[in-house]
Amino acid sequence: MAKIKGNIVIDTEKCKGCELCIASCPSKVIDAAKELNEKGYHYAYPAKHEQCTGCANCAIVCPDGVITVYKAKI
Amino acid sequence: MEETCNMQEIVKPENLVYKKSSLLLDKTFTYCPGCGHGTVTRILAELIEELGLQKQTVGVSPVGCSVLLYAFMDIDFQQAAHGRAPAVATGIKRLLPDRFVFTYQGDGDLAAIGTSETIHACNRGENILIIYINNGIYGMTGGQMAPTTIPGMKSSTSPRGRNVQTMGYPLKITDIAATLPGTYYVTRQSVHTPAAVRKTKKAMRRAMEYQSLNRGLCFIEIVSNCPSGWKMTPVESIKWMEENMLPYYPLGDLKTPAGENTNQ
Amino acid sequence: MERELKLMKGNEAMAEAAIRAGVDGYFGYPITPQSEIMEYLMKTDSFSRSGMVTLQAESEIAAINMVYGGAGCGKKVMTSSSSPGISLKQEGISYMAGAELPCLIVNVARGGPGLGTIQPAQADYFQSVKGGGHGDYHLMVLAPASVQEMADFVELGFDLAFKYRNPVLVLSDGAIGQMMEKVYLNPQKPRSPETEPWATVGKGSRAKSNIITSVDLDPDSQERFNLKLVEKYDLIKQHEVRFEEYLCTDADYLFVAYGTSARICKKSVQIARSIGIKAGLLRPITLFPFPSAKINELAGRVKGILSVEMSAGQMVEDVALAVNGQKPVKHFGRMGGIVATPEEVVEKLKIFFTEQN
Repeated sequence: MAKIKGNIVIDTEKCKGCELCIASCPSKVIDAAKELNEKGYHYAYPAKHEQCTGCANCAIVCPDGVITVYKAKI
Repeated sequence: MEETCNMQEIVKPENLVYKKSSLLLDKTFTYCPGCGHGTVTRILAELIEELGLQKQTVGVSPVGCSVLLYAFMDIDFQQAAHGRAPAVATGIKRLLPDRFVFTYQGDGDLAAIGTSETIHACNRGENILIIYINNGIYGMTGGQMAPTTIPGMKSSTSPRGRNVQTMGYPLKITDIAATLPGTYYVTRQSVHTPAAVRKTKKAMRRAMEYQSLNRGLCFIEIVSNCPSGWKMTPVESIKWMEENMLPYYPLGDLKTPAGENTNQ
Repeated sequence: MERELKLMKGNEAMAEAAIRAGVDGYFGYPITPQSEIMEYLMKTDSFSRSGMVTLQAESEIAAINMVYGGAGCGKKVMTSSSSPGISLKQEGISYMAGAELPCLIVNVARGGPGLGTIQPAQADYFQSVKGGGHGDYHLMVLAPASVQEMADFVELGFDLAFKYRNPVLVLSDGAIGQMMEKVYLNPQKPRSPETEPWATVGKGSRAKSNIITSVDLDPDSQERFNLKLVEKYDLIKQHEVRFEEYLCTDADYLFVAYGTSARICKKSVQIARSIGIKAGLLRPITLFPFPSAKINELAGRVKGILSVEMSAGQMVEDVALAVNGQKPVKHFGRMGGIVATPEEVVEKLKIFFTEQN
């Protein structure tokens, strides 16, 4: 049965680790990395890709525009 | 494993749902982590792109955290002296009436040093858009009290909290703007949740369309957070904003064109 | 080119000349003794005549920032005020110098400090030529001495402003602004539809967007910009010095005076010569750039120099720098809105120079 699947790509080097995307994701897809990026932030990354519905909430609240969202019927 | 492969397959141009506007240059915003400025800057660029206004837009950036706004967006820009953006925008719009002209200002810029320019541009009904970010503090200079700092709120120049007896009251300049005959559409929004961002974008789109119809001044306040100035994490600052700022600065339209109800 | 002869006030002549020169916009705020400029533009309806926008702003500060906005679009935009109002405009003027914006600012000066008087004075010389606002910058400063020059300096001012991308100040005074004289006016020119390559008019089909700004947080690049301004001012000093000489060739004594004072001194030269004192007058037309080389050259030939200004002694400092110790330099000035008589000036010349010999 076809179902809607989403996925996100995060520009982790431009991410400032504010975690607003984590707070706004209804599917708990995103987590803060334990590692730091070049800027010294615990960047956000899609820890649980498979739970993404492509709702784009994360991208819409991201102050730095570092999240790109995709969605497809699979 | 198979699941992961499927996931990667989704990342294809035809499946794109959201990406940042191509009007945003490949630079990192100079805003602090979690600051609402970035979100507003982002959706402003999206709207200029979506409405096809890039070639005829002249923006005016203020003094404050968004002083370098022009460095992030691929449109013509003028950087104004502190508080003077509405006067600069007036000069631009009067000489180039068919261009889309907006100012982007913070609360210190717009509601303290630039009060006169703000009120009079509104009162003349200049056909411009004023985007006003209210985070209740002077962010750029390090967290001093702003005209909008709410009673009891701490800042570096009200370290024991704003005492209205000696420091005066927060200025609801958007409410004043709504009373002036020259303003056409006055609203107060926020960008702290996905739903709020969507509503703000809708309000901004409406204002931009009004300008193309020469309807007069549109004024959009966006109540926002300042994690650095408030000395909180971004997520804490959102919660604090909801609990403390929004009761003082309630969201919604303050003035809508006759016959139109834009409050959803 | 047929020029029309009219009898007009200096302020009105300037307003009429602005419309005829194809100026795009005027933004102002009322202040005596120059309110006739905006009144005239409104009364004769500049917009219907040439499309020139005239707008009364809520303050001098707003007016100069409207000029900033319009000038940033590459338009010919001007403002006018009088001394206290020009003080208020200094922030915007500094920003315009920093953003390299061409514009015309007119100061129909009055006596100060503070609210002072509404009568004419030349007490804003320092403010005009040394910067006026904050930061390292200069305006180009033109000093009209007649109603004709009030009119002519509109076009000259804009030519210079756009040639160098620099604000130009016309330093007039209440006497020149208020007095009536005959003036030849140029025929109406259309406003230019052309735009400047640097102007913010919407990105259009340009590859890069245009930015009008004066902020640069990188010290190296800010210093490079400061040095670029210095180079520009040096070019201006080389090419744009303007002055008028009156009977300087055989002069033993030299008056240096601009604007209203220069008119007085012209008469003083005649009186002095009638009693056997060979006087001459050097009238700086540009106060920045200052005719230093000319004054230095004349200083070699005369016995003494008297700088005459309606101030406590401001331009005299630049005169003394130009003379560089070759000959004695004295200052005479009346203040408070009082204009010296030609006879008074001659008396001073005698006291300073001829009677001690």
